[in-house]
Amino acid sequence: MNIVIMGCGRVGARLASLLDEDGHKITVLDNDTYSFRRLPPSFSGTALYGNGTDEESLKKAGIEEADVFVALTQGDNRNVMSCQIAKHIFKVPRVVCRVYDPLREEMYNALGLETISPTKVFAQLLREQIEGQE
Amino acid sequence: MGYYLLKALLSEGHEVLAIEKDARVCKTITDELGGVCFRGDGCEAATLAEVGTGRADMFVAVTGDDEDNLVACQVAKHKHNVPRTIARIRNPRNAALFKKLGVDVTVNTTDLIIEAIEHEVPTHAVTQLLTLDEKGMVIVDVKISSESSTVGKMVKDLSLPKESKLALIIPNEGSVHVPVAHTTLQIGDQIIAITPSEYKEELTAALSG
Repeated sequence: MNIVIMGCGRVGARLASLLDEDGHKITVLDNDTYSFRRLPPSFSGTALYGNGTDEESLKKAGIEEADVFVALTQGDNRNVMSCQIAKHIFKVPRVVCRVYDPLREEMYNALGLETISPTKVFAQLLREQIEGQE
Repeated sequence: MGYYLLKALLSEGHEVLAIEKDARVCKTITDELGGVCFRGDGCEAATLAEVGTGRADMFVAVTGDDEDNLVACQVAKHKHNVPRTIARIRNPRNAALFKKLGVDVTVNTTDLIIEAIEHEVPTHAVTQLLTLDEKGMVIVDVKISSESSTVGKMVKDLSLPKESKLALIIPNEGSVHVPVAHTTLQIGDQIIAITPSEYKEELTAALSG
């Protein structure tokens, strides 16, 4: 699959390298080239400087041919905006959006975005771990 | 920006509340204008619920970040059913996107500032005065310079694009008049015209080319 990942932080870089190992064609977009240091030397995809809320940058990243778009920047709003561009302007078949704020996550989920709130997921995970070891 | 808007709207007698993240800014506003500023993140549904956004007739987002303004307007619209949302945008390309995503009105501050500055450049022929979004029309101010091939031509001999109308002529000297078929264009005339936004360049060329 053709996968565009916006945000090359810890999660973005790790996801990029995992999907790269699985043989997918990966483009990682970040507005700070220093972030690309997190990609392993074995990474065979493309690392591209650019802002994912800008249509031109997304085009350069190959969004028009992408099967999947994932937004993983630190900003919920940036993620939500770029995902809506990917979904509604470029009609990317699958768009996944990280939203830390659970309330915003629920709202955008109700509006049809595929969203994940790490806050919710992680709190739940911790609860299970703590309660499971009682 | 929000501060000046807040002041203007308050002076018109509206019930207004500002939401501001920065505690210091919020304190300055409260000290000066009273309890019209709430400290919080306007993109958070919880904050918007707390300040009673559901009662608002209008929600305006004027931070310097387009994505924040988009999300704040969407939360206001979808979570709190605010009938009218207005977003400030910096990237001119976001106007169409925001509209598509449900923001009712966008105000493009970058273009406004550029237009205002270009208007002061003597060789710049056209200034956009107003955009009528719903009609897809713009109102423009076209300057006739000494180099325009239309100097001395009559209005009826101009080949204006479809749906374009000349509304007013503001001459260099003399009084403002409404152009008729036999009005001739003079150097220094400023023509106020209305045109579909896609014909703006054509109209400019027809008038001052």
